[in-house]
Amino acid sequence: MPMATNNEAPLLEIRNLRAKVEGREILKGIDLTIPAGEVHAVMGPNGSGKSTLSYVLAGRDGYEITDGTVLYRGRDLLALKPEERACDGIFLAFQYPVEIPGVTGFNFLKTAVNSVRRHRGESELDAMQFLKLVRKKAADLGVGEEMLKRAVNSGFSGGEKKRYEALQMALLEPRLMILDETDSGLDIDALKVVAEGVTRMRSPERGMLVITHYQRILDYILPDRVHVLAHGQIAQSGGPELAHELERTGYAQYAGQAA
Amino acid sequence: MMTDGMDQVRSLAEQKYKYGFITDIEADVAPKGLSEDTIRFISAKKNEPEWLLEWRLRAYRLWLNQVEPRWAKIHHAPIDYQDSYYYSAPKTKDGPKSMDEVDPKLLETYEKLGVPLHERAILAGVAVDAVFDSVSVATTYKGKLEELGIIFMSMSEAVTKHPDLVRRYLGSVVPYSDNYFATLNSAVFTDGSFVYVPPGVHCPMELSTYFRINAANTGQFERTLIIADKGAYVSYLEGCTAPMRDENQLHAAVVELVALDEAQIKYSTVQNWYPGDENGKGGIYNFVTKRGACRGRASRISWTQVETGSAITWKYPSCILQGDDSVGEFYSVAITNNYQQADTGTKMIHIGRNTRSQIISKGISAGHADNTYRGLVRVLPKAEGARNHTQCDSLLIGNHCGAHTAPYIESRNPSARIEHEATTSKISEDQLFYARQRGMSSEEAVSLIVNGFCRDVLQHLPMEFAVEAQKLVGISLEGSVG
Repeated sequence: MPMATNNEAPLLEIRNLRAKVEGREILKGIDLTIPAGEVHAVMGPNGSGKSTLSYVLAGRDGYEITDGTVLYRGRDLLALKPEERACDGIFLAFQYPVEIPGVTGFNFLKTAVNSVRRHRGESELDAMQFLKLVRKKAADLGVGEEMLKRAVNSGFSGGEKKRYEALQMALLEPRLMILDETDSGLDIDALKVVAEGVTRMRSPERGMLVITHYQRILDYILPDRVHVLAHGQIAQSGGPELAHELERTGYAQYAGQAA
Repeated sequence: MMTDGMDQVRSLAEQKYKYGFITDIEADVAPKGLSEDTIRFISAKKNEPEWLLEWRLRAYRLWLNQVEPRWAKIHHAPIDYQDSYYYSAPKTKDGPKSMDEVDPKLLETYEKLGVPLHERAILAGVAVDAVFDSVSVATTYKGKLEELGIIFMSMSEAVTKHPDLVRRYLGSVVPYSDNYFATLNSAVFTDGSFVYVPPGVHCPMELSTYFRINAANTGQFERTLIIADKGAYVSYLEGCTAPMRDENQLHAAVVELVALDEAQIKYSTVQNWYPGDENGKGGIYNFVTKRGACRGRASRISWTQVETGSAITWKYPSCILQGDDSVGEFYSVAITNNYQQADTGTKMIHIGRNTRSQIISKGISAGHADNTYRGLVRVLPKAEGARNHTQCDSLLIGNHCGAHTAPYIESRNPSARIEHEATTSKISEDQLFYARQRGMSSEEAVSLIVNGFCRDVLQHLPMEFAVEAQKLVGISLEGSVG
């Protein structure tokens, strides 16, 4: 069942979040609030905890939450299984989309869409209905039908994988989209296609967390707020201009802080 | 570190065996244990001709001097052959003459199993020869088949009604001296199915037998014989379940197929015998000999098996490619979970010229299970132009299971072309998380991934059963993954 939500609450509210991986503390008290309708960028150097943050929000195994809370639409997100989070509207676009040999994209996407629809109390789509839906969305993102017949992500180029992630996002219609280093491994043309797809999904109900090392992607997905993540904490927050500033100055100024 | 995903997958494995109910029916049983008297009892019960009793006794005397094969990668406590009943028939006054006379409890059992026995059989277009313990209780769809001259009946009935056919072909593919378990079967087999398709006839429906072991301590020794005469075609499906019991039950069946010139036999098995509990207690010991003879020119035999059950599976459906241009195929999915052990594969014996064979084997191993592919491709000197292609893939789920491959290749003709490909892979935590992040439960994700892995094999199953098999693949692995 869809969880009871508080529409007054921010879409995502992270308070003092601390998390360990294999006994080592990576997130050291994160505070971050994303109201519905906004796009927030989290930038930071390698090893600052960016990917850990995205995995913790998506519910991946192997991360020990030692303190703090995460409220998603007013509800305790950390109590939910990954699939429950997904069904409730959290989507993670993976930095490294996973290959699943033998499983056709068509089958995978149909199963995913129907899982989410079931959760929302909607009827499942049959193969014909799904084909109609996926064709339309795939065309927008330049994902050929031939790609849907291939095994999920198997033998895809970097650009194909990211477009495939964007296609899944479009099909699942999430509320909170987390983009983990979506620009990595993308040439500029592919980046434009993916960014346009993502931008099309912006709406007053949806929020977005764009995790990136480089400012480049933010030229195409314009953020409302930019946060700098360093040593497991938000070191600085500001408007879109902060991203440009970082592009000039680099992350050196955050070195050694908050160890 | 321990992870939720794995735990969930493991708990899936522990889900209850759905077919573990026991039907309470009074049974007509032979005295416990194995002796010439037991064999005479069985033979007399079935009003068998003298030649068949003699054949059984010859097998029995030979069996006494045989030893159990030890080469398979399986382990089990010694089997006490004297501690089993070799004949168990549901007690009815004179044997059912029509469906109305069949014990309603039996029909209920079949209903639980989902066997389309009554009118449902006709709707489904499936002719079912149902074997309940040792005796065939009902055969449906007989009339339609009779019109075409197709014989589809229990082995016991065939012995009486078509003694010449039975005598000509019984043991002609798997002789009574073949191997320990086949010899035992020859001595004590109780029932099974018999199919004969006359020349040029294309059997218009899938023929199906549903085997089920019910009575406790009963070995099931059915014997199936299928003959496709020149230019004939038949597709046969065998499905198996057994109730849940703590003790192990022995199942030692023999299946013989004979394809004459240009005939084609498709034999599909969905085996879902009780696999034992999550600690490896109980379950069926499945020691089965299945072999087909492509005796005629351009004949074709194809085995498709989905093996998800049994504590032990020891089974190598094989093809003897005797006729020139004959074709043998083996498509297999073997799934082992918990403490199940499977040692399964095929033998393709190329004798005739331009004979071809294809092997696709998909082994899936989870829990503490061991899964071995054992195969032989043998090309004899006269098999000019023989070709074989073998694809052998293993999928591991978790860190405590094993996958093993033992392919034997022997070629004595330099023109033969033999290819062997093999892969081993694992369902990774990454794959599971990826699928769950898209909204699927662990079970759904595992089922999807495993079905993708098995696709090349499942597509060879008759349409009606492919869907069932896909579900079964998911169910057998519920609780398994890592």
